[in-house]
Amino acid sequence: MNAHRASQRVAVSILAAATFLCLAIVAFVIGFVLEKGLPQLSWEFLFTKPRDMGKAGGILPAIVGTLALSLMAIAVALPLGVGTAVYLAEYTRETRVTKVIRFGTDCLAGIPSIIFGLFGYIFFVTTLKMGWSLIAGALTLAIMVLPTLIRTSEEAIRSVPQSWREVSMSLGATRWETVRKVVLPNALPGIVTGVMLSFGRSIGETAAVIFTAGSSFRLPKSAFDSARTLAVHFYILAREGISTDKAYGTAAVLVIAVLAVNGLTYALMGGFMKRKAR
Amino acid sequence: MKASSDAFVRRLLLAVACTTVLCLLVIAAFIFKEGLPFLLKVGPGNFLFSSDWRPDSGHYGILPMLVSSLYVTFGALLVGAPLGIAGAIFLSEFGPPALARVAKPAIELLAGIPSVVFGFIGVMVLAPIIRGAAGGPGLSILAASLVLGVMILPTIMSISIDALAAVPQSYREGALALGATKWQAVRMVVVKAAGSGLLAGTILGMGRAVGETMAVIMVAGNAVRMPRSVLDSGRTLTANIALEMGYATGMHRQALFATGIVLFVFIMILNGLASSALKRRAGKR
Repeated sequence: MNAHRASQRVAVSILAAATFLCLAIVAFVIGFVLEKGLPQLSWEFLFTKPRDMGKAGGILPAIVGTLALSLMAIAVALPLGVGTAVYLAEYTRETRVTKVIRFGTDCLAGIPSIIFGLFGYIFFVTTLKMGWSLIAGALTLAIMVLPTLIRTSEEAIRSVPQSWREVSMSLGATRWETVRKVVLPNALPGIVTGVMLSFGRSIGETAAVIFTAGSSFRLPKSAFDSARTLAVHFYILAREGISTDKAYGTAAVLVIAVLAVNGLTYALMGGFMKRKAR
Repeated sequence: MKASSDAFVRRLLLAVACTTVLCLLVIAAFIFKEGLPFLLKVGPGNFLFSSDWRPDSGHYGILPMLVSSLYVTFGALLVGAPLGIAGAIFLSEFGPPALARVAKPAIELLAGIPSVVFGFIGVMVLAPIIRGAAGGPGLSILAASLVLGVMILPTIMSISIDALAAVPQSYREGALALGATKWQAVRMVVVKAAGSGLLAGTILGMGRAVGETMAVIMVAGNAVRMPRSVLDSGRTLTANIALEMGYATGMHRQALFATGIVLFVFIMILNGLASSALKRRAGKR
């Protein structure tokens, strides 16, 4: 019996050590980037254009490009994702059709970003003649984030109590009126969570973006202009050894953006859970 | 009137719901359309099993990339799977719930950090350490495995935590009532019951490792050569596509799309395995 206790002690210590190693890695990754990058940040860095291929100056066009690209991608993907989720959760039982849709969504979620990059290049950039542009990048990203939006929205819709639908329908509302006026407003926090997750993914994406939106330095003026995102800018700075300092600064901006997005998501989800518990 | 507009909405939503399947089909169609004619012309055997990659003189063999991808992927699994699964077991079975509440979102943060940032840390921190301690170029299969192992941690860990949470409490209670220690109950009952879920998490982590591109380009070294040891530089399938896509034309570009086909098929097989593992779990309950 004592031997069993001893082996339990050893096993649990090993498991605990593994857990703390994981946490230490997280702390190191974030700490390292912020420690090296925060000193590089200044108003000038954030709000001026890069000079001399990025050796000097700031990252304004990359910030604008990142925001434009992410927002456009979500604008395209959100109606599709929520529509799919409403169909799956409200308009059908589990049939062969829903199985195919779910399988398609799972497969899409597993496709590596470089494949999206290849596809976006050959389809949007070349075949549809959009060229390297914000619109080509945004459409590629929209397909990439679609599975996330579908999953989180469906979960949110399913968490709305069944009785609320029944009350609405018994008052003479159609299914669509019920979805619009009862289900979707109450599923909103969950849907917003999905939007934030998609936003986070769009900010950090590189492989799919570099082949579709290109890497132009200039401030994009329309959806058909090429643009460079923060992640692409960082990749080029780091890989071509243009400026380690500017690379650290850009990495810090990326990490801060990711932290903000995740923090906001958890705050939202926390509020959502509390409301559900009430 | 109302009923007919409801039927219209239903049809519209069904059409919307089919977009994911449509996207998947169009993606597959375009990758295959660009790469398949090339693959058939060169011959899948020559393409997959020749180690001579010199696109400018018409030699298209991706064996070194295939081998590097496998090395890097299994290396990442060796790092990520034990850590992720051990962490999941500790957080869901032994650690205080307060720790799990903090640790889970913290580790999920890793999933949000851009892969280029991981690659950069690999270059700045890991490569010099490997170069100093073990020799070789530093930018190597080993460095890529370590970086990818960390990157797939959140995938493996969060799916494992879900799988462990799905094991009914009565299993644990039954084992403890029979006189098992908590560790015996976890090892012999809980982990076994959650087995297919843990497997699914590991397979999905493997899918991420195979498909990761930017971080690998930065840390793996990218030499087109058969790697002889983990300290050697290597170029993965994904890196090969991303590095040469910028300037490739004609046959060369088709060869990159054919590399994409290999990757696509590989990922689909992994996804199929993972979803059948998850289904087995659902069927058992």
